[in-house]
Amino acid sequence: MTTLPPPSTKKLGLVIDLDICVGCHACAVACKEWNDGGQFGPLPDENPYGREPLGVWFNRVHTYEVEPEENNKPAMTVHFPRSCLHCETPDCVTVCPTGASYKRAEDGIVLVDEDKCIGCKLCSWACPYGAREYSEVRGTMQKCTLCVDRIYNETLDEYDRQPACVMACPTRARHFGDLGDPQSKVSKLVAERGGYDLMPEMGYKPVNKYLPPRPRRDGCAAPAATAQEENVDFSTASPLLRWIDKVLSR
Amino acid sequence: MHPALSVIFFTVISGTGYGLLFLLGALLAFEPRLLSGNAAIAWLVLGATFAAAGLLSSLLHLGQPQRAWRAFSQWRSSWLSREGVSATLSFVPMLALAWLEWRGVDAQPLRAWAVLLATFAVLTVACTAKIYATLKTIPAWHNAYVLPGYLLLGLLGGAAWMWILHIVDASPVGATPILLAVLAVASAVFKYFYWRHIDAMPPAASAESATGFGAVGGVEAPHTEENYLTREMGFVLARKHAARLRAIALVLIGVLPTLLALLACMTQTRMLEALCATIAVISVTLGLFVERWLFFAEARHVVMLYYAAKADTTQHA
Repeated sequence: MTTLPPPSTKKLGLVIDLDICVGCHACAVACKEWNDGGQFGPLPDENPYGREPLGVWFNRVHTYEVEPEENNKPAMTVHFPRSCLHCETPDCVTVCPTGASYKRAEDGIVLVDEDKCIGCKLCSWACPYGAREYSEVRGTMQKCTLCVDRIYNETLDEYDRQPACVMACPTRARHFGDLGDPQSKVSKLVAERGGYDLMPEMGYKPVNKYLPPRPRRDGCAAPAATAQEENVDFSTASPLLRWIDKVLSR
Repeated sequence: MHPALSVIFFTVISGTGYGLLFLLGALLAFEPRLLSGNAAIAWLVLGATFAAAGLLSSLLHLGQPQRAWRAFSQWRSSWLSREGVSATLSFVPMLALAWLEWRGVDAQPLRAWAVLLATFAVLTVACTAKIYATLKTIPAWHNAYVLPGYLLLGLLGGAAWMWILHIVDASPVGATPILLAVLAVASAVFKYFYWRHIDAMPPAASAESATGFGAVGGVEAPHTEENYLTREMGFVLARKHAARLRAIALVLIGVLPTLLALLACMTQTRMLEALCATIAVISVTLGLFVERWLFFAEARHVVMLYYAAKADTTQHA
């Protein structure tokens, strides 16, 4: 059913720390790898080794240069992973004519039922975040599943029951948890670091939050001070060293 | 937005078909005996053919057209689903009217079915418009102009074909050319104000709200080639020739049909009238295609804010 379920108390989602993301695309690659073989795969590519490869990725990492707000601060390079935000009131669900696009009542994950999707693409038009990508090969819409086939998977070790992107991040810039619970680690992180919503004016109430890059220190743009010359007192050194110093100082 | 030909064809042709069916429904509701049975059936067949051709074309746009029947299920939330339901139901009054006209039945049930046909014709086109008008992500569509625009232009297409029907049927042409002229002028004026509105409109979101930080320049896009998003939402071809294409659309849907309708009113020869009607219907149809192509191609999607700096990147590269 594409009418939205009543708001759930559990709101599973991601918190992405833009301060420490290094833009390595490991999250994107790990996501593609897991989901290609996961329950919602495959994620086929068209022309994968040709001149213009085209294919579905659930996660895309942009890199931006951010101008400083004050002149004495340096410009920042910010890496910006973009994926489904599992919004609380998303239009991508309500516009779906078939019921293929739905939001889970129990944990708020937004999914596409690949067996019901007719490939009309309307949900991708309704998403301001570009979270949905249409597969020409499958004729259906595909999107981030928050690795629903990992996070509840009891055949995996408990530590592995996290989205593939979170597992893969080498700098721990991605955090997974329940954003509906104010006592959860992710909620505390958001409160502490001033986590924010993307395009709040759209009114979709994204669950995923982004942590802003910390301001850079003053004077970073100035050239580093030249290393101080070391003063070594050779008068107390052994005669051999004094002789070497004398020869080399010539 | 990428202007998919199947969707352009669908909205223009089914809009015209439902315009024609609305006019028939309205005429029969007021004057059930004005048309001969055969004339009414011909009218119904033409309208139904257009409506069905448009709907079938919209199936071509789907990735899995064999599952299209599922689209009837979500009418509670989805305008696309409502459109499918309304379009399908509209064939019931069409068939009922065809049967009544063929049997030559009394005026009273005819009137009721005619009212129902006109209602479903309006509802179906309104649903089509609402599909676009409810998308907050595309400001050029998310405004009060879109719904009346679709209804008006559907009616314009319908009036152009109604004129042809009157001439083929050799029934007194009456007020048809006048109706066409009025609708043509109204459509052109309306589109002019629509374009003025979308040109002056503030963007739906900013790069700042999309990313959360101030002045943003792009360094690197996430992918070196195109992806679905840049192909579907990042269509930029139209903007270059937008002004000229808008002028062409205004001439084809506004100026030319008005002049032809006035010319036909002044002349008494049926041959010349037929010629005017034929040119008018071609002009209106072409104009509607240009207008609808622009409707898609000119519309900007907010997701492109994430890619906005892409052009700069390629310049530096």
